[in-house]
Amino acid sequence: MKFSRSDGDFSRLEMNLTPMIDICFQLIIFFIANMRLVQPEGDFNIAMPQALPSGTAAATAGTGQPGPTGGVATPGELPATRVHLMADDAGELSGIVLGQRKLASFKELGRQIREMSGLDRAEGGNASLMEVEIDSDENLRYEFVMRAVDAISGYVSEDKHTFVRMVEKIRFGTIRKQK
Amino acid sequence: MQFQRRKSYRCEPDMTPMLDMTFQLTFFFMLTLNFSSDIQSDLIRLPVSDLAKPAEGAAETAITVQTLSTGMILFGGDQMAVDALRQPLRRERDALQKVLKRDLKHVTVIIRADRNVPAGKVQEVLQICQEAGFERFVLRARLTQR
Repeated sequence: MKFSRSDGDFSRLEMNLTPMIDICFQLIIFFIANMRLVQPEGDFNIAMPQALPSGTAAATAGTGQPGPTGGVATPGELPATRVHLMADDAGELSGIVLGQRKLASFKELGRQIREMSGLDRAEGGNASLMEVEIDSDENLRYEFVMRAVDAISGYVSEDKHTFVRMVEKIRFGTIRKQK
Repeated sequence: MQFQRRKSYRCEPDMTPMLDMTFQLTFFFMLTLNFSSDIQSDLIRLPVSDLAKPAEGAAETAITVQTLSTGMILFGGDQMAVDALRQPLRRERDALQKVLKRDLKHVTVIIRADRNVPAGKVQEVLQICQEAGFERFVLRARLTQR
């Protein structure tokens, strides 16, 4: 009996890749369509422990009493330092007042807070105890409030790489209706 | 005259490099896909900040209140006026307290407000949240590229 021989031609077993490639392309298209480039975001903590009766937005911290600057001091804490941001009719910043002092820029505000916190002193500072209350005119653009929060929170060191944290306790004062 | 018959060849392109690339692209897109960004509205242009602490993933329990430049509030997928925020916020509070058994002291309210919105609106939102019993707030900003 003679078997037929296929002249040494081996048939190559080939997997059909087409469906897999199809699925892969579909997956890629799905992911591309759903992709959103998210910009990095960050947070500022705002401490507002308890609600006040309606009409005021100021928060009272703990059981403290109003301090000399109008802020609220809890035992062992410094009275809140008040920053007032003034707005013009268009909602642009028209002035920064720290306590009673008028400041020219957010940079100066940051410098003053840094001085007050005593971070540059040899014995260290009291930044962790400091509390800052931001009062802003009602129509001031929120961007300026955040710039104030930024200036109060810390600064970039001389080497431009390190971020030095200053005040972490920041709160908002009353809503000031524009005159 | 007799012509020699040419042997026919089957042309088979090598699929391996293409498959490699498609797999790599698929994994890349899978890993970069961010479903949590769904809560971020494109209508809001956040203020820019150098010093905001990078958002550490999703907070344990957080609710997000977004304020558009028009002064309208975006909460739970609905747009509403600031005053209309009270009711849905109370519903949310009740759900957190009664259903999820969460202490409001551990619930963070994320405020995402447009940079051009009047500060008074943001303060109103904070006040309403306070009245509803929330205590922890974070103001969200866009980080500058360092």
